[in-house]
Amino acid sequence: MKKQVQIKTLKIEGRDVSATGEQTILQVALENNIQVPRLCFVEGLSNIGACRLCMVEVKGVNRLLPACVTRVEEAMEVTVFSERLDGYRRLILEMMFSERNHICSVCVVNGHCELQSLAMRLGVTHITVPYLHPKVAVDASHERFTLDHNRCILCARCVRVCAEIEGAHTWDFKGRGIETRVVSDMNEAWGESETCTSCGKCVHVCPTGALFEKGKSVAEMSKRKQYLPYLTLMREEARQ
Amino acid sequence: MNLDELHEIAEQQRESDAPFEHAVHVCVAASCLSSRSDQVKNALEVEVKSRGLEHKCKVKGVGCMGLCAAGPLVETRSAKRTMYQSVTPEDAPAIVSSLGAQPVESLMLSLDMPFFAGQRKIVLENSGEIDPDRIEDYIAVGGYEPLITALTAMSPHQVIEEVKKSGLRGRGGAGYPTGLKWSTVQKASSDDSKYVICNADEGDPGAFMDRSVLESDPHRVLEGMAIAAYAVGASKGYIYVRAEYPLAVKRLKDAIRQAEKLGLLGSDICDTTFSLRIEIRLGAGAFVCGEETALIASIEGNRGQPRPRPPYPAQYGLWGKPTLINNVETYANIAPIIRNGGDWFAGIGTEKSKGTKVFALAGRVRNTGLIEVPMGITLREIVFSLGGGIPEDRKFKAVQTGGPSGGCVPDRYLDMAVDYESLAQVGSIMGSGGMIVMDESSCMVDVAKFFMDFCRTESCGKCVPCRVGTVHMHELLSKISEGAGSWADLELLERLCDMVKGSSLCGLGQSAPNPVASTLKYFRHEYEQHIREQVCDAGVCTISQPDEEMSGVEL
Amino acid sequence: MSKLKLATVWLDGCSGCHMSFLDIDERILAVLEQADLVYSPLVDIKQFPEHVDIALVEGAVSNEDDLAKLLKVRAHSTTLVALGDCAVTGNVPSMRNVVGRTSVMETVYVENATLNRIPPNEVIPKLLKFVRPVHEVVPVDVFVPGCPPSADTIFYTLQELLAGRVPQLQTATRFGA
Repeated sequence: MKKQVQIKTLKIEGRDVSATGEQTILQVALENNIQVPRLCFVEGLSNIGACRLCMVEVKGVNRLLPACVTRVEEAMEVTVFSERLDGYRRLILEMMFSERNHICSVCVVNGHCELQSLAMRLGVTHITVPYLHPKVAVDASHERFTLDHNRCILCARCVRVCAEIEGAHTWDFKGRGIETRVVSDMNEAWGESETCTSCGKCVHVCPTGALFEKGKSVAEMSKRKQYLPYLTLMREEARQ
Repeated sequence: MNLDELHEIAEQQRESDAPFEHAVHVCVAASCLSSRSDQVKNALEVEVKSRGLEHKCKVKGVGCMGLCAAGPLVETRSAKRTMYQSVTPEDAPAIVSSLGAQPVESLMLSLDMPFFAGQRKIVLENSGEIDPDRIEDYIAVGGYEPLITALTAMSPHQVIEEVKKSGLRGRGGAGYPTGLKWSTVQKASSDDSKYVICNADEGDPGAFMDRSVLESDPHRVLEGMAIAAYAVGASKGYIYVRAEYPLAVKRLKDAIRQAEKLGLLGSDICDTTFSLRIEIRLGAGAFVCGEETALIASIEGNRGQPRPRPPYPAQYGLWGKPTLINNVETYANIAPIIRNGGDWFAGIGTEKSKGTKVFALAGRVRNTGLIEVPMGITLREIVFSLGGGIPEDRKFKAVQTGGPSGGCVPDRYLDMAVDYESLAQVGSIMGSGGMIVMDESSCMVDVAKFFMDFCRTESCGKCVPCRVGTVHMHELLSKISEGAGSWADLELLERLCDMVKGSSLCGLGQSAPNPVASTLKYFRHEYEQHIREQVCDAGVCTISQPDEEMSGVEL
Repeated sequence: MSKLKLATVWLDGCSGCHMSFLDIDERILAVLEQADLVYSPLVDIKQFPEHVDIALVEGAVSNEDDLAKLLKVRAHSTTLVALGDCAVTGNVPSMRNVVGRTSVMETVYVENATLNRIPPNEVIPKLLKFVRPVHEVVPVDVFVPGCPPSADTIFYTLQELLAGRVPQLQTATRFGA
């Protein structure tokens, strides 16, 4: 007997929308082409609510909620764009830009970068906090790809895609707070990883130029992650 | 193990204690131990034996007696009780001579002083009374009776009702109604296995309440967990203790073993169908693992990072199962509540904050140590009466409550009744109970900077606002502290406080701006003085030389 | 009505923003109808005037000379425009902040030099400890990111400023444009 699907109706940005009971606010918003700002979210990967860009205001709730992990409720009234929210988003983006060394003009994903696009979309024209200028490494030991920590925003997309989709779990984090770094295996050179399958999924889900294909020059790397939801779907069907 | 057998053990212990005319209690909790109270205890034992008094005088290691500033503490009990402070092994002969005779005046501490007389002990009632290494001592003062009562004479529902009636609120800091939490876990699907977790990852700088309870009365915590597990339907428990508490870990391990041996933990406890196995898990130096979802991740073997809530652990916790997670002090209140009834507990404290609270008094106050007082006591009483006031009679400036998540309460609120609501109203929080007293020699900018530094290094790094926001806020506070700050810096600091508080993923980030916001609220003039005049009135901050290179720049 | 005074200056930049400015091609005539170019690397005037209405600043602040120049520009200009990524974010020049000026000087003038292997200490302006974007040194009125910002963007910016309006650049250009 099929499990009953619950339908809920709610308002997002003043528009009436409908959702199934298990959907998140973000899913429903995107379905209705309300482009909630987001960076750590990727369709096909688990949601971690880390970037805090998708925070929304819900009427009657006294705190902001991350749209990517919050399930919809009947009669919810969601505000995605407001002065407060947009102000937070700009400041969060400024945090990201200040945290590492993002030099767009010489970057392999210049023009195809989700961080850059979001900054433009949200009207970030300059960074009002001091740049931290950390000295971080570039790991070019892999035959086909490179990891440039200067461009990493610690969104954990690479970690998730490698663990959840490819199953190799080559990437993870070491350290804590501002010292957090993406590492391969037990903090070894990527080229020496025994778990990496060179599938390239991490490269294509990475929103910035942190992970890229060798041989690509400035502005030449564009990413393709549209395949992800299909992979997830196929694996679920194969499991059944 | 049943009630009769329990009473037998208690009786046996009392009988074995009875022949002693005198008892000498030596504190063997961490603070006094660090001042070598173990040597004091040895010296006393040697002295007693050398005088052939070993059948008349019992030298016993006990838990924390509270006044850590005066340790090592030794209490003698003959016809009357006498407390001695700063005891050294050399004092052993004098103390033994004083038994049943004149006290040693030079070492005496009055038990009538407000620090001792002004307390109301529930959580700490056994600390300093019993030997933490012996379950028999715990049983002799009525320990484990509440557990047996709960298991044999009450239904889980009834247990939860008592806890609800008591009005007990989580003592870890959030103050969430404990009965409500228990009933939520209890209601969760019973097809799933459930867990109880004790959060013993006490991480606030200056807080050592939980450490004290674990070192001085570990069975109290185990009993509370067992009653909780029975109430919610769990059969597996974990105590997550920070590894920086090796003595607490040892005492807990011993206590668990002792309880299992007597059938008070393990399978079919007290011949009922209730089973509970408790394991210890060690923390590894991360304050963020005191956050419940990060703690759960850590037990699971994952990176200690919080998860967004909801779902709450009561619904989806350890390994996805319904999990009850409470603080050490919360569990320590359970056995007395079951013994005396929820109404008894609700008769203490204020309307919305029932019972007592253990506070760790630290900073510029004479009597640093642990106190347990009823909710509703005033700050003035705590600082000036029990606390003994400020050394050198300096002027009181503020009390910091709630550690790095809390705020400073200035002198105009000294007469407020301390409870969850009133502290929140003045811009602070109860927190886990840390209370740091400050006088005119403290610089509030420096205080804010210290706590921000802590949050910055302890941030797990998962979410952007906390990971990067705390770094920038700390940089700004350092700049202002050094006299290099500008008005624009102050404005940016406030903007960051708002954003980090409003959008961080977990409590660490959400409350990291609290000390800044609170010091700005009540001591803004100190920030302004650092900026405008490049002066630190309290003389704490090192004012740096202006950067020659950038002279001419006025931003 | 007298014409507005327009000035441009480059600090630690590659002059690409100035080239982009020149790429407005014949539209420069429209600009010059409303403004006089009173100071610029593109013209012969040696002294920064007492008063300038609009100053376009290209490049990051990398050495003492840049700093002095910028302070002067700010003091004598009503509207200061940070033109291009170097001025707005530090961009490529700021990449040396990660290693420090001593390391940079050593690498260039000692390790990789064949003659006179010492870092210069005469004539060449002293490097500042850190390369900074313009707004970390002086208040900036208008930010025009881009590397370089397109000629259209620069022309739009000038048009708005000359008309007394605030150019809305938030979505017109971006870092690395």
